[in-house]
Amino acid sequence: MLWDAFPSALDLARFQFAFTVTFHFLFPAFTIGLASYLAVLEGLWLWTKREIYLDIFRYWLKVFAVNFAMGVVSGIVLSYQFGTNWSVFADRTGPVLGPLLGYEVLTAFFLEAGFLGVMLFGLERVGRRLHFTATVLVAIGTLISGFWILSANSWMQTPTGHSIGPDGRFLPEDWWAIIFNPSFPFRYLHTITGAFLTTAMIVGAVGAFHVLRNGANARARIMFSMAMWMAAAVAPAQAVFGDLQGLWALHYQPQKVAAMEGHWETYRGAPLILFGMPDMEREETRLALQIPHLGSLILRHEWDGEILGLKAFPRDARPTNVPLVFWSFRIMVAVGLLMIALGLVSLWLRWRGTLYRREWFLRWAVAMGPSGLIAVTFGWITTETGRQPFTVYGLMRTAESVSPIAAPAVLTSLAMFVVVYFVVFGAGIWYLFRLFRHPPEAHESGPPRGEPIRTAGITPAPSVDPRAVPAAAQSAAPGE
Amino acid sequence: MSAETIATVWALLIATAVFLYVCLDGFDLGVGILFPWIHGREDRDISVNTTAPVWDGNETWLVLGGAGLFAVFPLAYATIMPALYMPIIIMLLALIFRGVAFEMRFRTETLKQTMWWDRSFSGGSYVATFAQGIALGALVQGIEVEERAYAGGWWDWLSPFSVLTGVALLAGYGLLGACWLVWKTEGELQDQVRALARRLGVLTLLFIAAVSLIMPFLQPGFRARWFDFPLILLALPVPVLVVFLAWRMFRALEESGHAARARTEPVPPRQVLWRDGLPFLCALGLFFLSYTGLGISMWPMMVPPEITIWDAAAPRSTQLFMLVGAAVLIPIILAYTGYVYWLFRGKVQAGQGYH
Repeated sequence: MLWDAFPSALDLARFQFAFTVTFHFLFPAFTIGLASYLAVLEGLWLWTKREIYLDIFRYWLKVFAVNFAMGVVSGIVLSYQFGTNWSVFADRTGPVLGPLLGYEVLTAFFLEAGFLGVMLFGLERVGRRLHFTATVLVAIGTLISGFWILSANSWMQTPTGHSIGPDGRFLPEDWWAIIFNPSFPFRYLHTITGAFLTTAMIVGAVGAFHVLRNGANARARIMFSMAMWMAAAVAPAQAVFGDLQGLWALHYQPQKVAAMEGHWETYRGAPLILFGMPDMEREETRLALQIPHLGSLILRHEWDGEILGLKAFPRDARPTNVPLVFWSFRIMVAVGLLMIALGLVSLWLRWRGTLYRREWFLRWAVAMGPSGLIAVTFGWITTETGRQPFTVYGLMRTAESVSPIAAPAVLTSLAMFVVVYFVVFGAGIWYLFRLFRHPPEAHESGPPRGEPIRTAGITPAPSVDPRAVPAAAQSAAPGE
Repeated sequence: MSAETIATVWALLIATAVFLYVCLDGFDLGVGILFPWIHGREDRDISVNTTAPVWDGNETWLVLGGAGLFAVFPLAYATIMPALYMPIIIMLLALIFRGVAFEMRFRTETLKQTMWWDRSFSGGSYVATFAQGIALGALVQGIEVEERAYAGGWWDWLSPFSVLTGVALLAGYGLLGACWLVWKTEGELQDQVRALARRLGVLTLLFIAAVSLIMPFLQPGFRARWFDFPLILLALPVPVLVVFLAWRMFRALEESGHAARARTEPVPPRQVLWRDGLPFLCALGLFFLSYTGLGISMWPMMVPPEITIWDAAAPRSTQLFMLVGAAVLIPIILAYTGYVYWLFRGKVQAGQGYH
């Protein structure tokens, strides 16, 4: 029958949330790092008085504006989706999770939105000092926003500080314990670092692309160099944070770690499975390529440490899609290792004085452009699918969280989301690529500066208002 | 404070957040609604630039409304959202078109691209407004709830009344947008939006009257509120004030027109507020009164016909924790939001933007 093949409302709601949240997070993953990068650039401009930093600032500000808008509008969807698609979850967890999201709005969203206007429009209205303050406030806003959303998500992973009422509602008992739940600190650090690396990879790729086209472009060289410093310093640190996060996960969510590792049996001195095919029917990982004892060494920091396998847990408390958890985790780690390699090689080349001249390295950096976004996405897939079959780990099941909405309604809205996201964000992302293709130049257009806006005779027209010259003339501008 | 008192305070706070959203994003969306009547690239750019620095902050009040409801009235959030499933999702999607168009329409390279982003901006504004109006009408009509969950179907929101409120909100936001542009623009564009404001003012008043006449017959509780003595004494000033404000708004529009014809040189911002800004303030007043009227009808229901404010309230600990933050942060937010508006005060001129 056709209806038997029709996915359930629950599966559709899950897919819809996965789709909207994954798409959304691409934007903040870039925004968080870029906001801080912009603050650094503007700070360098004010400190060194070198116009070159202002040019780079303006170059990325245009990217930031578009990316931020896409992050905002795709994020609003999520704040309503808890109610539309997960109303039982909303009713029962609202007393605990609601305030965390409420505080995110009050402490971060208003701050970002309020000062973004000043940042984009106001340099000539408010003066340099205040404009810099606005830039810094927007950057701080992105970090605060991450704080609350990670706190909420971490509470779902490691719920503490609450009691459960007779009607099944979660009731707050200790706000400190709720906000700073056990998994929160490292997950926050891991996510923010991931966002910084994401930005470094994109900025580095754009810089490398333009160094390849014109090795003398000083602005492209600076952004490339800054990004490579970031990769060299932060990518190895990220590996340490990831390891720390693995340690707590083993303690609080052993099933998730077992799925990530592809372990079905409980071992002392567990191997590290590099690749394999987790088979949920046969409850084993086939074709496993493994290194003895390394699993225990990494997770327990002991040669013979005990690691629980999936079979140690009842079937209905294991992650529902083990291969997805297993593979997502490997993709994240592999991409992370590539970033570390990129950073280390950049140090070597820098020491040899050939950072801007090795074409293979520049090409590699260009290819790494989306790597941060890939790692962040698959990291989230690992942690979220690894939490299944629960929404609140161990306490509330995904199946009992869903709204009483008929499958056709969920399917209709899902179809609309898919179409709209691909059309609108597709156009936005396409535009970002056009911006990237444009080399960073002297007198980069951006927010108008101190000069009166219409003195086109003093400032070159394109730097004041790109609309003042036809598109054809613009693309023939110097530097192309 | 007892749990009941805190819940009441919160109901007023959420109502305020939603009202601020309606006022602030109302004029943003209104600008989009007026787009079909604003021709020419320059006039459209000016219109969008009047709201471009502030739209994001304006829309944040909608997020606060959603997140606030989730936090302090989770039961209301968990029943209203599924009941209004389609209008809410369509509104969110429309806001995506509108929001991205804000950034993108300035960055196009061909006229055809501009045309598409203009359509996305205007179409998004229409659909989002209509969906909000439908959501309002459907909520007022009542939502079927059983055992803490929505018990109706996925088309229950569609009714003649909800369509009426949807269209009414289009007229209302259009009026806000037109009055906003009267305040923030000058010259021919201002003359044009002033004429639109007059027409939309008449339309809005007709819709206010229609909705007010139908409202008492939707729920017995509403009827008692408006026709029983002594409650009528409380409710009576509302329609009287509506008439007064409407009269003041039309007069202010006339005066602004006279002043514009007599004007030879640019006026300082302070004078602008009291002459060209007055119609906008009156329109906000009309919104406030209509909103108060709705509030009087619905009180103390949060999800008519059964869930009251106190039924829907989160535990005291949650409400108090949020209230401490709101008491400290909302004044700060209002202060810097006000500062940003002040920063961008005065008339917006051609070529004045950042793109």
